[in-house]
Amino acid sequence: MKSFFKYFTGIFYGVKSLLSGLSVTGKYFFSPGAIVTQQYPENRKKLEMFDRFKGEVVMPHDEKNHHRCTGCGICGNSCPNGSIEIIQDKIDTPDGKKERIIGKHIYHLSMCTFCGLCIKSCPSNALAWGQEFEHAVFDRSKLTKILNKPGSSISKDIAE
Amino acid sequence: MDFSIYDLTSFDQGIDKCLYENLTPFWATVVEMTLIGLIFLIFYALVALFLIYAERKVCAFMQNRVGPNRVGPYGIFQLIADFIKLMLKEIIPIKNADKFLFNLAPFIVVIASFMAMAAIPFAKGLHAIDFDIGILYVVAVSSMGVIGVLLAGWSSNNKYSLIGAMRSGAMIVSYELSVGLSLLTVVILAGTMQFSAIVEGQANGWFIFKGHLPAVIAFIIYLIAGTAEANRGPFDLAEAESELTAGYHTEYSGIKFALFYMCEYMNMFIVASIAATVFLGGWMPLHISGWEGFNHVMDFIPPFLWYLGKTFALVWVIMWFKWTFPRLRIDQVLTLEWKYLLPINLVNILIMAFIVLMGWHF
Amino acid sequence: MKEDINPPVRNIEEEYHINIGPQHPSTHGVLRLVASLKGETVTSLKPHCGYIHRGIEKMCEKDTYPQVIHLTDRMDYLSAHINNHVVCLLVEKALEVDVPERVQYIRTIMDELTRIASHQLWWGCFGMDMGGQTCLLYGMRDREKILDAFEESCGSRLLHSYYTPGGLMKDIHPNFQKKVKDFIKYFRKKIHDYDCILTGNVIMQERTKGVGILTKEEAIDYGVTGPTGRASGFSCDVRKRYPYGVYDRVGFKEILGTKGDTFERYMMRMLEMRESMNIIEQLIDNIPAGDYTAKMKAVLKLPAGEYYQRVESARGELGVYVVSDGNKSPYRMKFRSPNFSNLSALDHICRGFKIADLIAISGSLDFVIPDIDR
Repeated sequence: MKSFFKYFTGIFYGVKSLLSGLSVTGKYFFSPGAIVTQQYPENRKKLEMFDRFKGEVVMPHDEKNHHRCTGCGICGNSCPNGSIEIIQDKIDTPDGKKERIIGKHIYHLSMCTFCGLCIKSCPSNALAWGQEFEHAVFDRSKLTKILNKPGSSISKDIAE
Repeated sequence: MDFSIYDLTSFDQGIDKCLYENLTPFWATVVEMTLIGLIFLIFYALVALFLIYAERKVCAFMQNRVGPNRVGPYGIFQLIADFIKLMLKEIIPIKNADKFLFNLAPFIVVIASFMAMAAIPFAKGLHAIDFDIGILYVVAVSSMGVIGVLLAGWSSNNKYSLIGAMRSGAMIVSYELSVGLSLLTVVILAGTMQFSAIVEGQANGWFIFKGHLPAVIAFIIYLIAGTAEANRGPFDLAEAESELTAGYHTEYSGIKFALFYMCEYMNMFIVASIAATVFLGGWMPLHISGWEGFNHVMDFIPPFLWYLGKTFALVWVIMWFKWTFPRLRIDQVLTLEWKYLLPINLVNILIMAFIVLMGWHF
Repeated sequence: MKEDINPPVRNIEEEYHINIGPQHPSTHGVLRLVASLKGETVTSLKPHCGYIHRGIEKMCEKDTYPQVIHLTDRMDYLSAHINNHVVCLLVEKALEVDVPERVQYIRTIMDELTRIASHQLWWGCFGMDMGGQTCLLYGMRDREKILDAFEESCGSRLLHSYYTPGGLMKDIHPNFQKKVKDFIKYFRKKIHDYDCILTGNVIMQERTKGVGILTKEEAIDYGVTGPTGRASGFSCDVRKRYPYGVYDRVGFKEILGTKGDTFERYMMRMLEMRESMNIIEQLIDNIPAGDYTAKMKAVLKLPAGEYYQRVESARGELGVYVVSDGNKSPYRMKFRSPNFSNLSALDHICRGFKIADLIAISGSLDFVIPDIDR
């Protein structure tokens, strides 16, 4: 008799549990407001990344095409993957001395693991995170970027 | 009741008469068969495509997604694109497979579902064959599909496929019983096995209302067992994506895979349409005795739409099951059948027979 | 249910083997399990790992200590913060640095958020292993809220590299506290859905209760830790036994089970999510002001010697063992990853159960394959 009773309570609780599961999916089916999908290429214009988003390493330039990089090479040393190469250049300062400046700041996006050590270790805050995230290209060589813009020079307050 | 505006019987008979007058009986039969075959083929493809689209949308909405939305408005052409892709895809030959059986298997599955569709009344007069043992025929024919599944699993020389096929064999053989018995409950109530007569019998109320509780229980059991018959989740052990990758059709590709895929949906459609026909009145509009005006308005909706509406509502319920429940294990599947469905079904038939004997039904 | 598989099939030639993996929907990565079957019953199981071995321990030997951190992200990518934490704690312990209060609070909150996010994804994957594919999407949907909070503060969603020896990369974003509080409010509602759709489900309960039993002794023998070990009653919560961060200052229960079956392992994680929310609620409003990093030297050199540090990751005890020769990079770095030990118990607990059970059991052990292979 006891097992007979158990048989029916088993059916009852089983059906009840199934119905509570059905109620969840049924509820979402009839509430289109709960859809969370982002329509990506359509919302591209409106899509704003968080300002700390790690898209790529960039070197900010001000409106006079000045950057803050001294070419010291600390970022390249702190990079775990060797994705930063520094090619230094020497110029003659007005007072006759030779000064070291940055020639090319080469950044291999293809090797970057976005750990942020280069940005953290830079003594003159020359590097920053860019929010660009659409990095797909047809040729790997396009992922090698030169961060200092052509014709740019070091900003005055860093040079002093 | 007057359905004469939607009665297609005279239309059918007109075509039939016209053919037999102009052709020899042999050619008339050939032309008729070809016509019906073509119509079914087109219907089959359209319904399968629509169901695949519907499934993707339904599951997407249940999962807070939007589903296909890239190809065409609301993604309606996605299925056509997929279909073209599947047609053009390479058919990969399998090493050491039993070539003949491997190629035969998808066709057996398709033919089984095709044959089952022949007996379904779509509307008054829209009926390929009206057997007087329609239910028996449908039960017999729809269980043939498992042969195709077993052959596919056995012949493709893959261990996953074999396990999937064996599971499906064990499952379908046992769930046949529940399908048969739950339909038998209604046969007792209707007093006939002919589909057209069953539908006519529901003119003044659907069997699910007429037969009191036993009819409701039979309906639920049929829905569960039918889901298992169609190899749909939560009974999709034969495919069991997370266990057996794709089960019995792991090795199939291209158009042969497409046939299996279509069949899954068609089987679901057939299960739903039989449930709609037998329990929910088929193409018969909803009638409530006493409400003349209401009944009259209901009569204006064409029977074919009634049939499709009921069927798709049931299809939605079956999809709802799939996208909610976790899959059963093989021993649970058999326990459910032999410990719960079958005994309940047997008692249910007894009660139904008693009700009919005492004349307590409406 | 468990079948008696004795006498075991001896003839190797006649055994029916199937390869589950390396590419398989429910190994969640490139793990290969060779299962010997008798009918559908698993008679023995041989895990083959190493498909995603990247030599992280060897790579660590050439990196400086701050550089090691971004590699630990990539071991157990679902608990990246916790992996970072263990290396930071080790370096801080070796250098005897006092980490500011604020950093410890933030780290603890981040760790617990990571634990919730990891368990949410696990819940989804477990549901999918059981055949309920809707679960995956629900788990992912709710995890997204945490990842958004992470992205705003840390800059990335999965591999954060947020902790540095001595502190954090950046202070938390001003919105962070509000976001976390919103999430907890949101998730307390949604976790009820989880219970409705999977926990209470009769199919799921029947499939998991009494399946894959790991006793307490076996758990200790195999070194199974984390929710998996606690389900067997093995009290192994590092947060309780060797507190780090501010775990000694918050009140929380160590969730312990008794039966050690798949359902118990499932429940451990469901309850842990709730417990983690309690921990966060205690901390989120009380983050003290202060610096987000301690003053550290430019080049970190650990004094020569051996160091060991452990934390509780989402999957169990994560340990790191370092031998330093006084240089700026470690002489040897060894990670004791929880998944590797948990995997070793799989063969034992799945014997005699069906393939479907094997999938459920391996799902309940919550493997992250890159953590096994490193």
